[in-house]
Amino acid sequence: MSEAEIGIVLLSLKVAIWCVIVSLPPALLIGWLLARREFYGKTLVNVLVHLPLVMPPVVVGYILLVTLGKRGFIGSWLFDTFGISLIFNWKGVVVATAVMAFPLIVRAIRQAIEAVDQNLETAALTLGRSPALVFLTITLPLILPGILAGATLGFARALGEFGATITFVSNIPGETQTLPLAIYSLLQVPNGEEMALRLVILSALLAFLAIALSEWLARRSIKGLESRA
Amino acid sequence: MLDVSVKKTFGDFHIDASFSVGPGLTALFGPSGAGKTAIAKMLGGLETPDEGHIQIGDRTLFNRQKAINVPVQERNIGFVFQEHRLFPHYSVRGNLNYGQRNRQAGSGSVTFKDVVDLLGIGDLLARRPGSLSLGEQQRVAIGRALLSNPDFLVMDEPLSSLDSARKKDIIPLISRMKSEFGLTIIYISHSLGEITRLADSLVLLDKGQVKGAGPIENIVNNLELIPYTGGFDAGSVLEATVVSHDPSFNMSEIETEGGPMFIPGRDHPVGSKFRVRIRARDVALSAAEPKDLSILNRFKGQIIDHRSGQAGMEELLLDVGFRLTARITRKSFEQMKLGHGSEVWALIKSVTIGSSELDIHLI
Repeated sequence: MSEAEIGIVLLSLKVAIWCVIVSLPPALLIGWLLARREFYGKTLVNVLVHLPLVMPPVVVGYILLVTLGKRGFIGSWLFDTFGISLIFNWKGVVVATAVMAFPLIVRAIRQAIEAVDQNLETAALTLGRSPALVFLTITLPLILPGILAGATLGFARALGEFGATITFVSNIPGETQTLPLAIYSLLQVPNGEEMALRLVILSALLAFLAIALSEWLARRSIKGLESRA
Repeated sequence: MLDVSVKKTFGDFHIDASFSVGPGLTALFGPSGAGKTAIAKMLGGLETPDEGHIQIGDRTLFNRQKAINVPVQERNIGFVFQEHRLFPHYSVRGNLNYGQRNRQAGSGSVTFKDVVDLLGIGDLLARRPGSLSLGEQQRVAIGRALLSNPDFLVMDEPLSSLDSARKKDIIPLISRMKSEFGLTIIYISHSLGEITRLADSLVLLDKGQVKGAGPIENIVNNLELIPYTGGFDAGSVLEATVVSHDPSFNMSEIETEGGPMFIPGRDHPVGSKFRVRIRARDVALSAAEPKDLSILNRFKGQIIDHRSGQAGMEELLLDVGFRLTARITRKSFEQMKLGHGSEVWALIKSVTIGSSELDIHLI
């Protein structure tokens, strides 16, 4: 494997891991709200969360560009206040992949929360535990497999994200060029096919490892619960 | 002392119930849809009354006027639900310990060992709830509620998911729990058998209203309440002590407040206390002292109340040293010229006593 290839794989992994890290907490919150609470504008929240799933990725990337770009109203504020720029760097890739992966993670978590028997939570309350502790000791352990499933889906989505990334942060080797973008570029140039094929195989391998890891974690989490209880 | 006065409207169903609960086991008794579970939920804070108050001693759990509504987790009321509701991701031990941690183990509180021993769940501690039988699951659920050291224990039809063999196992446990731990229990049920077996007092509910409340003897001997306390199967409950056994005839003699009574042989030890239920329809009356009669149990007494029942029947309440309800036809009642104060002999066939498992219980 050449140095360039290793760079591409490491960047892709970094982006995918950060994508999952930044998506999980808000996805847990939104998933819980959608599963458990009735509030004004719930349908709107639901639609907004799912929009990236149904819109062309290029459109999502364009929307990110005009809002989070240097001249976008959020982007300019971020740059002026914090000096943060998302354009043309890996943080922008994380944002693009996170937006695309978010609906998948929320769906998995929401379904897991809906499957929890709320009678168990009520029983825990009658045993004198506060709602926060009930969430940590009853709800969270019971939905852990769902969270892991969501994280795996999100990770895989981030590894494969193409349209939104290339539109939002362009295709810059070493900065924003993840695996799919690199494969695309290689197929545009003569004699690039051999390296493209290697990257394709690496992609498949990473996806396989991600799924295997999540299965292993799911099993471990169940065992962990068993031994702790 | 628990003092309850709650009102709540669910669609066209209204609950309007006021009652007090003292120590021992008080049954909230009534047909399905009487509002028993809704009231239990209000006690636990799982449902909010529209109006009223709930008070334990001088601690207010709910008061609409004063805008007090103590949250579930701070009420300190233990719950045993119809379904066991054990946490599937904890072992039996984990479930039992779940409620313990936040509460101070006061001197009067129950210990883990006491509870495990009493419920006979010592061998199950390492297992998961999913691998237990229904009866075992319910025992663990009872243990979990006990170990949270509640001020009150609310048991919402805890036996309804069990078959009759399991019920027979668990009823004595509840009875022992009450006496050994000195617990105040609110027991919700629509089963007269469970209640005659376990209850010290009754709150009789129908359509969200309290129809009667008080010691169980008073309620079952109230002729007006017969439609709610068993109807056709209504009867009295009395306490008695085993005096002797006669193996040659397979009979047992028990002592009641009205004198000795003979019942089909039981194997309970001499001196042990019984609760006997005698159905009103199993009692016959005679105006004169009966002679040459097969019936062994004869009690002389007076009619202290009577009222017309359904289908040409007359319901009577007698004082024969204890309170005894009797049901005879209106025709007999008139022919014998009975009325308030009439002297009669009450006759109870021994074979009718203890014909069902629910009629005689050791207490």
